[in-house]
Amino acid sequence: MCLSVPTKVIEVFVNDQQARVDYLGARFIVGVALLECVQPGQYVLVHAGEAIQILDEEKALDGLALWKEMLGEA
Amino acid sequence: MNLLAYRDRDVFKQLFQQIEPDLIRIREKVGRKLRFMEVCGTHSVAFSKSGVRDLMSPYVELISGPGCPVCVTDQSDIDQMIAFASLQDVIVATFGDMMKVPGSHSNLEREKSNGADVRIVKSAYQAIDIAKQHPSRKLVFLGVGFETTAPGVALSLKKAREDKLKNYYVYSAHKLTPPALDTLLMDSTHQLDGFVLPGHVSVIIGRKGWVHLEQLNVPAVIGGFDAIDLLIAIGILAKQLEQTKRSVLNLYPRVVQEEGNLTAQRILAECFTNSPTKWRGFGVLDQSGLLIHSDYADYDAASRVITDKPVSKEIRGCRCGEIVKGKEAPIDCKLFAKVCTPTNPLGPCMVSSEGTCSTYYQYERVHDTVLLR
Repeated sequence: MCLSVPTKVIEVFVNDQQARVDYLGARFIVGVALLECVQPGQYVLVHAGEAIQILDEEKALDGLALWKEMLGEA
Repeated sequence: MNLLAYRDRDVFKQLFQQIEPDLIRIREKVGRKLRFMEVCGTHSVAFSKSGVRDLMSPYVELISGPGCPVCVTDQSDIDQMIAFASLQDVIVATFGDMMKVPGSHSNLEREKSNGADVRIVKSAYQAIDIAKQHPSRKLVFLGVGFETTAPGVALSLKKAREDKLKNYYVYSAHKLTPPALDTLLMDSTHQLDGFVLPGHVSVIIGRKGWVHLEQLNVPAVIGGFDAIDLLIAIGILAKQLEQTKRSVLNLYPRVVQEEGNLTAQRILAECFTNSPTKWRGFGVLDQSGLLIHSDYADYDAASRVITDKPVSKEIRGCRCGEIVKGKEAPIDCKLFAKVCTPTNPLGPCMVSSEGTCSTYYQYERVHDTVLLR
């Protein structure tokens, strides 16, 4: 049940602490009260109607390299 | 952002070739297959669906743990939730996976077909909207979930207070995952060599939420959910077994941070207090439940919405209590895939799409003898 999906932020409604997000072309509204300062264009992880984390693009790209390194060393 | 990078076939193959010799060597050294537990139900599905469980089976036995909130919810809680639905002036709002969970005498789906007002919602906020549309009736939201789910429910409590709602109530059966893991580790008959920790619980509690495992010197990794994430998690866990000092490693840094989501942690602390609670299979675990905080007592369904006390009884023959602990596999249950199936589930592990029995029913039946001892 901790299934979460990465979605792209399309629009932020600051007063309502909500955002319109896109997941594989489907658009819906999610709560963003658990995050600080969400910007359109960012990717957020959504679980049960709430965005719980902003995805870190830089770390996503670094991730694979990091793993290869760890497997060599760990 | 390339979200599919972690599913790349070629990278997967290359990494597997790199990891396989390690697995063979470490299996020889240990003298048996390695036993790792994937704690999260979403991981259980991912390991099976991606084929990684099967691929690893010559070297590693992957055991599914207490990672499905519906499955670890105690029978008495389920009966209480069904009892709310039987009240005339109550609307019950729930996430969809509770609907078919068998209580001692009925389930929510059956209650709904008998006229009870049970609504499936995708978020606790949606339940707030329903409460506003029906001010003369009580709305009881069924709070079932782990650290990942509870903050969203906490926000709904804050919203209810802000909007001065008088008819919104939460029945909190939320659970915290670390106490369950600690219990499994203390069980000397349960040979576990390491843990793939739940990725999205870790989003909330951070790597920090697991560091106590380091004192026990247990290898643990926080992993993602794509095939490459899963492969790496196993590779790193196995490698850690060769080291004298084991640690909790975050292999999912694109999502999980050291400290976790501090806003979510703060809101959880505002709305809930940690308390002992009863788990299916485990019994009562200290500091593992989230009671609604006294500041929000007016919204606590447990004390504000009165029902007849339901009498709970065990489901005959059902092994879910042992399966959630990873002590038995679905195939060990006489009911599995015979009388207990996803269309007619007798136990909760067959109901939720992330329950161990449901996952094994969908993906693991063809080669069950190979995989399950």
